[in-house]
Formats: sequence, structure tokens, C-alpha cells
Amino acid sequence: MNPEMVALLAAVLFVLGAVGVLIRRNALVIFMCVELMLNSANLLLVSFAYAHGSLDGQVAAFFVMVVAAAEVVVGLSIIVSVYRSRRTTSVDAPDLLKL
Amino acid sequence: MSGQLLVFVICGAFAVLGALGLLFFHKAVHAALSLALVMINLAAIYAALDAALLAMAQVIVYTGAILMLFLFVIMLVGIDRRESHRELIPGQGVVAILAGIGTLGLLVFAILGSFPAQAVGLEAANGGNVESLAALIFGSYVFAFEFISALMIIAPIGAMVLAQQARLTAKKTQRERAAARIEAYAQKGVHPGTLPNSGVTALQDSIAVPGLLPAGRISTSSVSQAMVDRDAVVNVHAVSLLTAQRFAELSGEVPPAIIKPEPVDLVDTKDERELLK
Amino acid sequence: MILLEPELTGQTLYISGGVFDFAWLMLAAPAVGAAVLLLTGSFFDKRGHWISILAVLASFATALAIFVQFLIGGGGSYSVDYLNWITTPAWSVNIGLYIDQLSILFALLITGVGSVIHIYSVGYMAHDVRRRRFFAFLNLFVFAMLLLVLANDYLVLFVGWEGVGLSSYLLIGFWQHKPAAAAAAKKAFVMNRIGDLGLTMTVFTLLAFLGSSSFADVDAKIGTLSPQWITAVGLFLLLAACGKSAQFPLQAWLLDAMEGPTPVSALIHAATMVTAGVYLVVRSHTIFAVSEIATTAVVIVATVTIFIGAWIGCAKDDIKKVLAGSTMSQIGYMLLAAGIGPAGYAFAIFHLITHGFFKANMFLGAGSVMHATGDDVDMRHFGGLARFLPVTFATFAMGYLAIIGIPPLAGYFSKDHIIEAAFEHNLVVGSAALLGAGITAFYMTRLMMMTFFGARRWEPGVHPHESPKSMTIQLIILALFSVAIGVVMNGWIQGWLAPALGTEVHEIQWLPTPIGLITLLVVIVGVAAGVYLFRVRPVPVAQPQTKNPLVIAGRNDLFGDLANETLVVKPTMFAAQVANANDTVFIDGAIDGVAVGALKLSEIGRKLQSGRVRSYALATFVGAVFIGVITIIGQLG
Repeated sequence: MNPEMVALLAAVLFVLGAVGVLIRRNALVIFMCVELMLNSANLLLVSFAYAHGSLDGQVAAFFVMVVAAAEVVVGLSIIVSVYRSRRTTSVDAPDLLKL
Repeated sequence: MSGQLLVFVICGAFAVLGALGLLFFHKAVHAALSLALVMINLAAIYAALDAALLAMAQVIVYTGAILMLFLFVIMLVGIDRRESHRELIPGQGVVAILAGIGTLGLLVFAILGSFPAQAVGLEAANGGNVESLAALIFGSYVFAFEFISALMIIAPIGAMVLAQQARLTAKKTQRERAAARIEAYAQKGVHPGTLPNSGVTALQDSIAVPGLLPAGRISTSSVSQAMVDRDAVVNVHAVSLLTAQRFAELSGEVPPAIIKPEPVDLVDTKDERELLK
Repeated sequence: MILLEPELTGQTLYISGGVFDFAWLMLAAPAVGAAVLLLTGSFFDKRGHWISILAVLASFATALAIFVQFLIGGGGSYSVDYLNWITTPAWSVNIGLYIDQLSILFALLITGVGSVIHIYSVGYMAHDVRRRRFFAFLNLFVFAMLLLVLANDYLVLFVGWEGVGLSSYLLIGFWQHKPAAAAAAKKAFVMNRIGDLGLTMTVFTLLAFLGSSSFADVDAKIGTLSPQWITAVGLFLLLAACGKSAQFPLQAWLLDAMEGPTPVSALIHAATMVTAGVYLVVRSHTIFAVSEIATTAVVIVATVTIFIGAWIGCAKDDIKKVLAGSTMSQIGYMLLAAGIGPAGYAFAIFHLITHGFFKANMFLGAGSVMHATGDDVDMRHFGGLARFLPVTFATFAMGYLAIIGIPPLAGYFSKDHIIEAAFEHNLVVGSAALLGAGITAFYMTRLMMMTFFGARRWEPGVHPHESPKSMTIQLIILALFSVAIGVVMNGWIQGWLAPALGTEVHEIQWLPTPIGLITLLVVIVGVAAGVYLFRVRPVPVAQPQTKNPLVIAGRNDLFGDLANETLVVKPTMFAAQVANANDTVFIDGAIDGVAVGALKLSEIGRKLQSGRVRSYALATFVGAVFIGVITIIGQLG
């Protein structure tokens, strides 16, 4: 199997995740899209490992996975606390980035 | 076609489908499930690419733990939320898709030709995937591993701090809440008393049964929005018809088909139509 | 400011010491009087006018003492700098006094007539609740007028010039509750401003080219100025004189100025302030001596004004406006004499002095008539008053005979000399002056006949009565001067002023010359015409309708207001509207356009700063793509 195809699949997944981040409004779904992008990166790392015959790519993917787990924990708690104070999970509602 | 390629084609197609589902499902739960689909298929591809440990970790950690966490949170905040796809920011969708196509172009441009013509494969390097990875992780990557384990300790602490935040305002007293309710009644006409109970019929008495008003109309506030979102609301008119039929059967007086009630439209608000959809 | 020691600067024949060291008292007394009356509020409401009278009498006494000192001590002049006012690297201005025969004569006239009119006003203004303020303004006027004539520098003179303008404004509009008075005050002030422009331009020119505006320096250095600039300065001075002395074409304000109280008309708008223009021209004789064009312009303006004033005097029914027209005309005579050159300077001042007395006399007489008839000024409502106001009539008659030039009264000598000098200067100008004398006789006869003789045309309810002594005594004093001052000064004035003006003393004719006889004849014809028209024929009570354009023009002040309206006000208004439109459309348009542009730009910027996370994320994403594209293009290139 040509790893190039795997990399192209990773690219497609990454772009879909990125577009999802931009067009979805539910913070949770956006977060899932971010996870999708991370996964596509992982896929790319694994395909590199396969293509080059080196396990370093897999190690990196492993670390990404662990970091993603930590990120999800913190991110979800942020979403929960925002939801508590604002009663919404839409990212359009808190436009507090503008004073 | 090798088995490897077969796995890639099938699982890759499902992964893309799942990613698209992530983009297009209205409900967060569906999005989470389609993400699970993506992840499991990716796990299969990992396995096909000689990454056994990662495939397992993908299934157990990602799909099993992280996505479950998502579902918990969805249950907490998002189960009764539907997200409309109508874009409110002008040009956002179009520009996002154009930028996505651009990114895809760039990535394809970067990927094509950057891989060795023939993949090396991992037969040589693996020699027992888990052992080899362990050697790397606890060998040359041990410091990174330690830092990440520190991160794994710190992140839950941060999450706990965020979740356990102090009250921003003083807790409202009963008097204040009563005053606010009366105030809302005076200002907007909101009913100050408790919400009406769900309906109790001879055949069903779950919270999915809406209560009936004296005129026979449905009381929209007697069922939870969560029930509406799940399409779990019981059609009381069907139930009452059924009950009347049962009574008729028990008393043996009139065949049920004859006393079919007049097709009176007892539903007269849009909300009620929504309920009985 | 640096206080300077009284110092003698180097012109010829300066004298000092004695009463000259008290010259400042002339200015200080009325200034302090005005300040006290204005600043103490109602404290001096009852007795304040005596402070004012005391001040002007002190001033008069000082002037008299200095005058006597000149008489005894002979020629020379006294100049003293009190303060350094402005010092720049290029020039400096000191505040000081310059006293010579000319200025002390003026000071005497101002303080003398001023004293008389102050005392007269006590009775005249007795019932006015704002009498204290009136006297304060009078004192302010005396101070400013004295500063004008005693200054040793054109810039200091300008301060006095503006000061009299201010007091004139305040006093014309003293009865500010009357819209006509308020408007007249404003008009006088605005038209004077045009004249003031001439004086400021004079000062600027002198400071720019000569480095000094003091009389001594200007006299010494005027030869170094180019002829064009001398002419310009002369014309600037003429403009200033026209404004202050109500000469053509700035004459329109004087008639309206009669809205002020009559003593004000007598003091400011007959005897003193309006003659400041003549003083200015005579004082600047060194400048006019070297500019043919400027003197010719003065003569032309003066001649035109003689006729304009006389014309208006013939047509008006308002007694004060007739006198005002007459004042214009007589000042025209003075200016004519001043414009003729050294031969006329002394006669100009002579006529100025005699006119100051007899015109003040007649104005106060008119005030007495108005007092008797309930503040009526329309001569068609008078008639036959001679029997009821004997003192007023007698004194007024003295003034009348003096102004028309019946020998040996004051006006005969002064005006006759001017007419003779005019004939020597130019036949046309002389004839005009002669004709003017005849018209003067006509309209003054008209005034006399309509007021004191003929049928009684009083309004119902009017009971004429003679004025109180405080007023009639002043009339008698001024009448005596009107009679005698001509004889007293005739042989003396030329010699007196010669040192100050550097003129030669001509022999003075006491008996009528041929021209004098012709003049007398013309005057008699004018009187006869006046008597025939306004004594023999009955005077209608209502102003008769007429189609005679000359009469209509005269009644309308020769359309002076219309001319001002058409030539100045409307173009000015139009220019203002254009400027306004320009301001609104272009200036505001540009400014607002910039502002609106910035606003629109920031609207766009504001939309970028929506505060929405997804917009920012999109921008980041697009930016990343952009950078990627650029990087790749760079790699390819």
C-alpha cells in the first residue's frame, strides 16, 4: 500500500475538521472537529512511520494522543463552566472578545 | 489487491463519511457518534499500518474514554439543543469552504512526491510492536514521556478547578425567587405557579405524556423540552382514542370503529403541532 | 512697563517745570471721576454728578493754568514720556504728553465747553435714574478726548481716538431702551470703525517705515518716506478724519447720533469729538505738506461735505438733525481750511473754536426748547416760542447770527477767512464755500423762523416754559462766547498757533474785504429766502408731500443709508453668505468628509472586530493558507 494515499486521506480529514471548526457553532461539536484534526495528524504520523520504517512517528502519535486526552479534559471543563454562566454552548453567543 | 489496501479503502471511506457526518449532523450526539465511527476506522487503518499499540490505544483511549467524556458533557449541557445550520455570520461558510479547498490543495501539493516510492514497512523495526515502542518511549523519549505524565496530572487538577468554581453571586433566597416570579408575571405574564404536571391516562402515565387543558388542548409546558428533542412525546389523542376503544370493548356496547371521534383539530398552536409531530 | 523720568527729548524749544509738571492732572481728574462713578455702584447715585463736575473743572483749571503759562512764557512746546508701553527690537512706544499751543487750545475748548455742558446736564438729566452713569460716561469722554489731543504719539492718540468712540457709543445709546438709540449707537460705532482702520493703517505704516509713531520722530523723519507712502498715510489720515468727523462718505452716522441726550449732541457731536478729524489733519500738517494728492483729496471731501450737510439741514424737520447737518457742513469748512494748506490751518482751528461755542450754544438751546415742549423735536410742532422762552430765544439768536456770519459775531470772522483762503486757493472751491455760506444762512433762518416765530403749532397739552437757571446760565455763557470769541481771537489766533504749526502770520482784515462783502450779500439773500418761505408763508403742521427729488433726497439723508445698504451692507452680507456657503459646503464638507470617511472605514474595521470567535478563527485559517501559498510560491520562484 502506498503511504501517500494514507497521507491524502489524512489531508482530507484535516480539511474537513478545519471547515467543521469554522462552520459549526456548538462548542462541543467544534471541539470534536479539533479532535478530528488531531486524529488526521496522528494518521499522518503513523503513515510516515510506515513509509520510513521507523517507530518514531508512532511514538509521536502516542504522545499526541495523550496530550489530546489532557486537552479534552480541560476543554470540556471550560465548556461546562461557560455553559453554567451563560446557559449556552454556542460560540457565537459569547462575543466578549469585543469590548 | 492486498488485504492492507482493502482495509484502507473501506475504512478510509467510512472515516471520510464519519467526518462529513461531523459537519452535517444537527445534534451533538450524532456528531459524537460519527466521530466515534471515524476513530474506530482510523484504528483499523493504524492496525493495517503495523501500529498495533496505537490501534488499541485509539479504540480504548480515544473512542472509549475521550468520546465517553464528550457524551457525558453532551448529556450535561447539550442533549436538548439543536444546532441550526443557518449561517448568521455573512460569508463565513463560503469563505471557510474556499479556505478549506485551498488548504487541501496546499496539502496535496505538499504530500505528492514527498514519500519514498516504496514504503520501507515496519517488519524490521517492529519486532514486536509494543516492546519496540516501549524501548523508544522509556529510552530516547523518556523525558518527553515524563513531561506528558506531569501534564496528565495537572490537566485533571485544572479541570477540577474549572468545574468547582465558586459562586459568582449570592444564592437567591426563597423570598427573592418568589419576588422574581411575581415580577416576571407582572412584566411578561409568565405564570407564577408551578408548571403543570404531565398527563395521567388510563394506559400511560410517563413524563412523556402531555397534560390536557380543559378544552382538550395540549398544555405545552407540561412536557420537558428534552422529551420533544428526543421525539418521545406521546400522542395523547391517539392514547385517548385507544382508551375509548378499550372502554367500548370492555363494556361491549359500541364497536370502537363506529365511535371514531370527530376529526376535531384540538391542536391550535404551532408549539403543539411541534409536540405532536 | 518701565517708569521713565520726565525727560526732555531733543526737539526745539522744549520747556518744562512749573505748571507743566501738573499736566497729567488734566487727564487724571476725569479718569478718576469716571472710575469712581462707575465702580462705586449706587453709592454716588444722588451726588455723583458733583464729583464729575469737580473733575472736569479741575481739568479745566489745569488747562487754563498751562494756557496762561504759554501766554506769559511764550512759545515752545512741552513733551514728556511717562511710561514705556511697548518695546520691540524694531521700535518702541512711550506713553506721554505733548503740549503746544494747538493742543492746549483744544484742551481748553474741551474742558471749557465740557464744564459748561456738565453743569447744564445736572438740570437736563435730573429725572433720569441713570444720571450717575451718564456723568461717568461724560467724564470718560473728557478723559479720552484730552488723551487724543494731548498725546505725543499716534498710537497713544489712537487710544484716545478709540476712547472717544467708545464714550460716543455709550452716550448715543444711553437711552438704550429705545431701539432707535441702540441702533444709532451701533451704527455710529461700526462706521467709526471704518475710519479707525485709517488710523491704524497710519500707525502701522509709520511704525514700519519710520520706526516710531511719535509726533516728534514723524515730523523729523517724514522726508525719508517715499512719496507713495506719504500719500497713502495722508489718505489713511483722511479716512480716519472722515469717520470721526462725519465727512463724506462716512457721514451717515451723525444724524442718527442725535438719538442721544442733547448735552451729548452738544459736547460730542458738535463741539469736540467730531472735530477730532480736523485736529488730526492739522496735527499731521507735516505729512500733508508733502503730499499734493492727499491735500487735494481733503479739499474735495470737505467741499462735498459742506453741500451734503447744508442740503440735509434744509430738508429736515427735526431740530437736532438740522443742527447735525449744519455741524457736518461746518466741519466741512474746517477741513477745507485744513486742506488748503498752511494758509488755512489757523483758520480751521479758529472756526473750530468758534463753532464749538456757537454750535454747543444752539444745541443746548435746542435742548431747552425740547425741555419746554415735552421732548418734541419736530420744528413743525414749534412756532412762536420766542415769547415763552425769552432767554433761550436770545441766546439761540446769538448762535444763529454767529453761524450765518453776521459781523462782528464769531462766525463772521472765522468763516470769512476760510472763504477768502478758499478763493485764493481755487476759484471753484471758493465759490462752493461762498454758496455754502448762503445755504447755511437759509436753513438756519428756516430753523429760527419755524421754532421761534410764526403761528403756534404746538401739540395739544404742551405748555412751553423757560428752563431752570442751571440750564439758562450755561446758555448765556456760551452765547457770550459766541458773540465775543471771534473778535477776541481774530487778531491773535494766527500768531498763537504759528510756533506749533510753523506757519507765517498774515495780516488780518478787520473790515470786510470785497469777498467778505459778497459773502455778506449771499448770506442776506439766504436769510431773505428763509424768511419769505417760512415766516411770510405759513408753515404747514404736517410735512408737505413733495415730488421735488432734491427735497426727498435731503429728507432721506441724501440716501446715505440706502447707499450704505446697497454698497456696503448688501455686498458684505452677500460675501458673508458666500463665505458661509463655502464654509458649509467645502470646508465642512471636507472636514465632515474626512470624518465620515474615517467613520465608514472604522465601520468596516468594526465589522472585522466582530468579537465572534469563529470570524477570528476563519481569519487565522485564511491567513495560514495565504502564508502557505506565499511560501510555496517563494519556493517555486
